[in-house]
Amino acid sequence: MTNFPWLTVIGLIPLIGAAVVAALPAGVTDRAKHIALGVSVVTLVMGIAAALQFENKSGTQFQLAEQHEWIPQFGVSYAVGVDGIALVMILMALVLTPVCILAAWRDVPEGGKREKNYFALMLALETFMVGVFAATDVFLFYVFFEAMLIPVYFLIGSYGGPRRQYAAVKFLLFSLAGGLVMLVGVLALYHYGPGGSDGFLVSKLTGLHLGTTPERLMFVAFFFAFAVKAPMWPVHTWLPDASTEARPATAVLLVGVLDKVGTFGMIRFCLQLFPEASRWATPVVLVLAVISILYGALLAIGQTDLMRLIAYTSVSHFGFIVLGIFAFTTTGAAGSTLYMLNHGFSTAALFLVGAMLVARRGSKRIPDFGGWQRVTPGLAGVFLVAGLSGLALPGLSSFVSEFLVLVGTFQRYKFAAVVATAGIVLAALYILLMYKRMMTGPKPELEGPVRDISLREKIVVAPLIAAFVVLGFYPKPALDMLNPAVSKTLQYVGVSDPTPTSADGSTK
Amino acid sequence: MPAVTVLAAPMVPAAFKAADVSYGAIAPMLIVVAGALVGVLVEAFAPRRVRHTTQLALALVTLVAAFVVLVTVSTKATNRGGTLAQAVIIDGPSLFLQGAILLMSVLGVLTMAEKFGGQGSDAFTPMGAAVPGSAHEAAALRAGLATSEVFPLTLFAVVGMMLFPAAGDLLTMFVALEVLSLPLYLMCGLARRRRLLSQEASLKYFLLGAFSSAFFLFGAALMYGYAGSLNIADIATAVSGASANLEGLLLPGVVFVMVGLLFKVGAVPFHSWTPDVYQGAPTPVTGFMAACTKVAAFGAILRIVYVGIEANRWDWRGGIIAVAALTMVVGAVLSVTQTDVKRLLAYSSIAHAGFILVAVLSFDRTGVSGTLFYLVAYGFMTIAGFAIVSMVRQGGSEASHLSQWAGLGRNHPVVAGVFAFLLLAFAGIPLTSGFTAKFAAFSPAVAFGGTSGVALVVIGVLCSVITAFVYVRLIVLMYFTEAPAGEAVVAETASPYTTIAITVGTLVTLVLGVLPTQVLDLAERSSQFLLK
Repeated sequence: MTNFPWLTVIGLIPLIGAAVVAALPAGVTDRAKHIALGVSVVTLVMGIAAALQFENKSGTQFQLAEQHEWIPQFGVSYAVGVDGIALVMILMALVLTPVCILAAWRDVPEGGKREKNYFALMLALETFMVGVFAATDVFLFYVFFEAMLIPVYFLIGSYGGPRRQYAAVKFLLFSLAGGLVMLVGVLALYHYGPGGSDGFLVSKLTGLHLGTTPERLMFVAFFFAFAVKAPMWPVHTWLPDASTEARPATAVLLVGVLDKVGTFGMIRFCLQLFPEASRWATPVVLVLAVISILYGALLAIGQTDLMRLIAYTSVSHFGFIVLGIFAFTTTGAAGSTLYMLNHGFSTAALFLVGAMLVARRGSKRIPDFGGWQRVTPGLAGVFLVAGLSGLALPGLSSFVSEFLVLVGTFQRYKFAAVVATAGIVLAALYILLMYKRMMTGPKPELEGPVRDISLREKIVVAPLIAAFVVLGFYPKPALDMLNPAVSKTLQYVGVSDPTPTSADGSTK
Repeated sequence: MPAVTVLAAPMVPAAFKAADVSYGAIAPMLIVVAGALVGVLVEAFAPRRVRHTTQLALALVTLVAAFVVLVTVSTKATNRGGTLAQAVIIDGPSLFLQGAILLMSVLGVLTMAEKFGGQGSDAFTPMGAAVPGSAHEAAALRAGLATSEVFPLTLFAVVGMMLFPAAGDLLTMFVALEVLSLPLYLMCGLARRRRLLSQEASLKYFLLGAFSSAFFLFGAALMYGYAGSLNIADIATAVSGASANLEGLLLPGVVFVMVGLLFKVGAVPFHSWTPDVYQGAPTPVTGFMAACTKVAAFGAILRIVYVGIEANRWDWRGGIIAVAALTMVVGAVLSVTQTDVKRLLAYSSIAHAGFILVAVLSFDRTGVSGTLFYLVAYGFMTIAGFAIVSMVRQGGSEASHLSQWAGLGRNHPVVAGVFAFLLLAFAGIPLTSGFTAKFAAFSPAVAFGGTSGVALVVIGVLCSVITAFVYVRLIVLMYFTEAPAGEAVVAETASPYTTIAITVGTLVTLVLGVLPTQVLDLAERSSQFLLK
C-alpha cells in the first residue's frame, strides 16, 4: 500500500461526510450527529493506519507524499506529505474531531437544518485541518490556511454566544489581515524561487539564496500571519473573544488545532525557508514570546469569565511554544512540538469540562460557582486533572514539554528562559485560584438537583485524560516521531546545539 | 480634356484605395450589428405581445452565433492581424475579450429578460419617454407597454464593446467608445422603479461620459499632432523613434487619452459617476455595464499602454501608479460607509478596477494575461451578484438598503448562500475565482513591477482586508442578524432566465477558483498583442 494516497483519502472522507450530512433530507436530520461521529471515527482509523506506514528514520523529509499538477501557470501543485511534526498534528486533529463532535452532541437542541449544518461545518473543517498540515506546496498551504477560516467563521457566527457576530468578524478580519500580508510574501517567494510549473513546492523553495533584505521582508510577511494565528501578544486580542463566544467544541478546534497552524507554520515555513532571517529576528521574537507567556498568564489570573481565562492560558502556552522554536536547540524545538500536541489535549479538556460545568450552572462567570465540588464531585475531579495538566504538573504531559522548552531555551538564551520560568508560577496561580473559586467553599444553593458527569461526557473526557497521562509518563513514541523532523529543520536553519559548559567554566 | 485624364489616374492617393477587409476576422461584430438592426425592425413591426419573446430570442441567438463564429472562424491564424486598413486589430487579447464580452452579455441579456410574472421585463419602465409619475406613464402601464428595445440597445452596446479593445487607431477607438456608451446612457434611465433616480443616473452618466469623451478626443488630437498618425502602431514607432519637434505634445496627449479611458473603468479620481449610476440604473443593466464595460475599457487601456505608449512609460507611469493606489484605497474605504447594496458593489467595482490596474502596470506579458483573467472572473461574479440583488424584494421593489437584507439567510438559504459565496469571491477568498484572479493580477506586479509593483500589491492586500470587512458585514447581516419587524423581505422566485444567469456566473466563479488551468492557459496564449 505504499502508493495509496493516504493523506488525500483522510482529507476527503470528512469532506464527503460533510456533503452527506448537509444533504440529509428533512426527515432524518436527527441522524446528522451520528453520521458525523461515524465519519470522524473512520477518518481517525484511517489516520492511525496511515501513521503505521510512517517510518521515523527515513531519509526524505516528507513521507506518504503525493504530487499532482494543479495550476501549472502559477507553479502550483497539489502536493501533500508529512514529516513527524505534521503527522502528529494531523493525528491530534483527527482525535479531537470525534471528541468534539461527541461533546457538541446537544449544542443545537432545536435540531433540524441548523443542527445538520453545524455538524457538516465541523466535518468540513476537519478536511481543511488535515490539508493545512499536509500541504507541502506553499500555495496549497495558503489556500487551506485561508479557506479554513470560512467554516470557523460560520461556526462562531451562527452558533455562538450573544456577542458572536462581533467575535466572528473580529476573528475573520484578524486572520484575513495576517493571511493577506502573507500572500505578498507568497507571491514574492515564487518570484525568487526557481519558478516553473512546480515552483511552489516547499522542497524547491528550501535553501534558496534570497538576499538579506528580501528574505527578511518575506520572513516578516509570513511571521506576521503566523503570529496572528498562534496568537502572540500583541495580536492575540481576537482569541479571548472568539473562544468565549464560540461553542466549546468550536473553541477546542480553534485553539487546540487551528492556532497550531501558526506555530507549525513558523517551523515549516519561517525556519525552513528563511533561516537567515529567522536568526536575525530571534531577539524580537523571543521578547514577544516571553511577553506572551507573562501577559497571558497575568491576564488569565484576572479573568472572571471561565472561557476567557482558558483562552488567556493558551496565549501564555503559545508563548512557550514560540520560545522553544526560536531557541534553535534540538531540546527546545522537540519540547515545542511536543507542547503543540499536549496543549491540544489539555486545552480541549479544560474547554470541554469547563463547558460541562457552565452548562450545569448556566453561567460562565467564575464567581457564580463556588463550592461546586460538593455538587458534582466527578466533574470537579476531572476539571482538577485538566487544570493540573494546564499548569504542567509533573507526571502529566505538559510538564515534559514545558520542561524541555525551558531547558532548551536555557542552553542558548539564559535570560529569556529564566524570565519565562516565572510563567510556571503564574500558571499555578491561575489554575489553582480558578479551582479554588469555583470548587471549594460552602455548597451553593441550587434550585434543583444537578447531574454529575454523564456517560457521554465520560467518553468525551476519557481519551483526553488518557492522552496526557500516557504522554506524561511515556512521551517516547511522540518524541521519536517528532525528533527527526526537528533536527532536520534545525539543519536548515544551520545551527547546532551549544556545547554544554561545566561548572568550572571549561567546555567539556 | 486629355490632360486631366492623364493626371487623374496617378493622382488617386493611396488612402482612397479600398481597404482590405478580412470578413472572417470581423464577422462576430457584423453579426451583432445585424442582430441589432433586425431588432430595431422587430421593434417597429412585430406585434406587441410577441415583441419581448422575439427580441429576447433574437438577442440570444445573435450573441451565441457571434460567439460561435468568433471561436470557429475568427480565431484562425489567417484571420489574425490588422484589417480595415489597420483600423481593427484582431489578435489574442481582442479575441479573448470579445469572447468574454459575448458570453457575459448572454448572461446580461438573460437577467434583463426577467419578468417576475409581469408583462414585460420587470426592471424596465413601460415607457421611457414618459415623465415619471405622470398620467402618461400610468396609461402606458395600463396599456401593457414594455421596454423591449433594451435588447437591440444592448446589442449595439456590445458592438461598441467588441470594437473597443480591438481598435487599431485612436479614431476607431473613439467611435467604439461612443457606440458602447450611447446605448448605455439610455438604458440607465429606463428603471421601472425610482424613476427620478434612474433618470438622474442617466443624465449624470451622459454628461460625465461626454466630458470624458472630449478628453479622449483632445488627447487623440494631440497624439496625432505628435506622431502624424492616429494608428496606434505608428504612434508606438514615433514614441520609440527619434524625438520629433513636437515632443511636448506627447505627454499631454497620453494624459488626456488615459483620462478618457480611466473614466470608463471608474478609476479614482474619475469615479464619481460610478456609485450614482450603478444605483440608479436598472439592476440588470448595472450588472451588464459593470462587467462588460470594464472588460472593454481595460482592453482598450491594455492596447494603448502596451502597444502605443509603452516606450515612454517612464514619463507617465508615476501618474497611473498614483491612480491605481488611489483607486484601491478610495474604493475600499468608501465602500465601508455604504448603506445601499448597489452603491456598495459600485465602490467594490472601483476597488477591483484598482486591483486590475496593478496587473496592467507590471508591463509584462503575464500582466496582460493576469488582467484578462481578472476581467473574466470579475465579470461573471458581478453579473450573478447584481442578478441576485434584483431578486431580493420588499413590497415589490428592490430591497437595496443593507438593513433590508437582515435575516435573509434564514428565509432564503439558497439565495443568501449563493450571494455569500459571490461576496467571498469578491473578497478574494481561496477556492473562488476572486482569489485566483487576485493572484494572477498581483503575481506579475511583484515579479516585474519593481518596488512600485510590490508597494501597490501591499496596498492591494490591505485594501482587500478592508473590502473583506464590508462583504463579511453583509454576510453577517444575512445570516447572523434577525430580520427586522415589518413587511418581510423576500427573494422573488426567479424565472429560468435569471436562474441560468446566476447559476452560470456562480459556477464560473467556483470553477475558476478550483480548476482555473484551462482559462489561465487561454489567457496566457491570448496575451500577445499584434502591431498590424
